[in-house]
Amino acid sequence: MNREEILVEVSHLKKYFASRPGFFRKRQTVVKAVDDVSFQIHRGETLGLVGESGCGKTTVGRTIIRLYPATAGKIVYAGLDITNFTEKQMFPLRKKIQMIFQDPYASLNARMTVGDIIGEPLDIHGIAAGRQRKEMIMELLNKVGLSPEHASRYPHEFSGGQRQRIGIARAMAVEPEFIICDEPLSALDVSIQAQVVNLLEDLQSKLGLTYLFIAHDLSMVKHISNRIGVMYLGKLVELASSNDLYQNPLHPYTRALLSAIPVPDPDTADQKQRIILEGDVPSPINPPEGCRFRTRCRHARTGCGESTPEMKEVEPGHFVACYLAHDGYSG
Amino acid sequence: MEKLPVFGISPDKFKPLPAGIKETIKSTRQGETYWQDARRRLKQNKLAMLGLYTIIFIILLAIFGPVFSPYSYSDQFLDKQGLGPCKEFWFGTDTLGRDLFVRVLYGARISLAVGFVASLINLTVGVIYGGIAGLAGGKVDNIMMRIVDIFYSIPLILYVILLMVLIGPGLKSIFIALGLVYWMDMARIVRAQVLSLKEQEFVMAARVLGADSKRILFRHLIPNCIGPIIITISMNIPMAIFTEAFLSFLGLGVAVPMASWGVLASDALPAIRSYPHILFFPAMAISITMLAFNFLGDGLRDALDPRLRK
Ligand SMILES: Nc1ncnc2c1ncn2[C@@H]1O[C@H](COP(=O)(O)OP(=O)(O)OP(=O)(O)O)[C@@H](O)[C@H]1O
Ligand SMILES: [Mg+2]
Repeated sequence: MNREEILVEVSHLKKYFASRPGFFRKRQTVVKAVDDVSFQIHRGETLGLVGESGCGKTTVGRTIIRLYPATAGKIVYAGLDITNFTEKQMFPLRKKIQMIFQDPYASLNARMTVGDIIGEPLDIHGIAAGRQRKEMIMELLNKVGLSPEHASRYPHEFSGGQRQRIGIARAMAVEPEFIICDEPLSALDVSIQAQVVNLLEDLQSKLGLTYLFIAHDLSMVKHISNRIGVMYLGKLVELASSNDLYQNPLHPYTRALLSAIPVPDPDTADQKQRIILEGDVPSPINPPEGCRFRTRCRHARTGCGESTPEMKEVEPGHFVACYLAHDGYSG
Repeated sequence: MEKLPVFGISPDKFKPLPAGIKETIKSTRQGETYWQDARRRLKQNKLAMLGLYTIIFIILLAIFGPVFSPYSYSDQFLDKQGLGPCKEFWFGTDTLGRDLFVRVLYGARISLAVGFVASLINLTVGVIYGGIAGLAGGKVDNIMMRIVDIFYSIPLILYVILLMVLIGPGLKSIFIALGLVYWMDMARIVRAQVLSLKEQEFVMAARVLGADSKRILFRHLIPNCIGPIIITISMNIPMAIFTEAFLSFLGLGVAVPMASWGVLASDALPAIRSYPHILFFPAMAISITMLAFNFLGDGLRDALDPRLRK
């Protein structure tokens, strides 16, 4: 497999949500959920996307899969510019791009049996009917570690982890090549998280899938991702291979996130200094001028407020958007 | 460390299960379904169950009662006018000597037909209209709901009078008038439900799979509105029945010799001093039916929508 082949290319993607002016609020407010984000995903790799709650990770995923129309920017999938595709044009691509959702309780229709949930993609795309459909459902259930007799049950009879498996089976039914995993673990117990991660990795190595793996803390994406992007307030601030990001985090925000991961060994834990972020995340309606992180950054200088730092490749394959890091923390 | 016996059972009585069995045990956890849960809650509600049984009883009476009655609703016994309740005529006779019991039963048929038509319109026009407005959202939704607002602001009585002029009095114009009015509550409720449901992840999942709007509406959204739909229907049926009785009472509805409860009550008025029982029985029928539907409706609302319970 050609690791270098670019499957998904997102350039200067913006997604603004406009709230309509209300009765009392005459001015329209705009939430800049995603503001000028660019990255590429290579075929067969897993790109992790991390950031605090509300920084726009879900919005990136949903805009790529065309659940939301993009405000600006370009989304290219396998050489096809899908940014302005109609629903009809998207239809064949619906078989190639799939999504696994954050909330295993809200992502399954409570009024449908598990068999019908998993069978729905087969019906929509006319993949199988009758006996063949039944067999495929059984096979899919098997693939995700559930048993065939589960097909006639309703979602509420299952635990969170089992439901997430049903969601995975539904996504797998169309045999996709690219799956956006939107925090598939965040609603699960730690013990179950490992099972689901293993299942996803298993499927990836067997089927050569490409993942965009969204999570809100770094510890979870570390071993599933080849590369990791860090988001803050609608912007990508650092992008590097997982090892580089761990060994040599360059953005002050990434450093803070990494320092928050608990270390099992008490000796190293003592040495490690926790960087505690002060203040709250500013509102995406009114983000700070210049670098968005500067209001919480210990290294902020006067220049940080003047213009927004661009993503720059400071080391091969290691991009960061921070003036300090661009200067090598010298100034 | 020595293992302690648990509740007096020694630890060697416990054997590890083979791995396969463990998974099956975990997965056979059988929760109560939404419907089982709702049924249990409804059964606990005595008034609602009383209402339900009463409604079933009224339906059976309306269907089979007249068949077994020796009289028809228009048979006159000129020598037995204004009789009080007796063995021969359970509810007595009216001023024209007709058996009141069989006439009240016929009235039940009309009332139930009215309720049936109202719920049919609710289910079809109301649910689909509201569903489409909610799913489409934006401008379409805005226009569709403003249309509802306009219809809503016109009083029912105006429709009825217009229809009287156009078609003439009778069951048909009542049905049409009800049809014009009794879908709007449902449309509003379904629309509100759909608006919030369509942001949920299972709908997103369906869209990501390539489902079209029709599939999303009929497979995903409407089935998830069933609770509010049933509640709205159970509240609208008695309202429709009462409206028919009221209109007929005013002389704008069913015409004689057909016997709707409203007509019966209105017929009784001129002779109310001498024969009060002629008013009493249809009024009782209306009241009991209203109460039964309202009890059931309240019970259904509590049973189907756990958030509304105190
Ligand atoms: N449909 C929407 N309409 C308006 N604003 C929205 C919408 N969806 C998201 N937002 C806003 O956009 C911002 C980013 O939201 P998003 O859901 O992408 O964050 P997230 O990183 O996925 O967070 P979480 O970790 O909590 O899932 C938030 O401020 C949110 O309020
Ligand atoms: Mg999210």
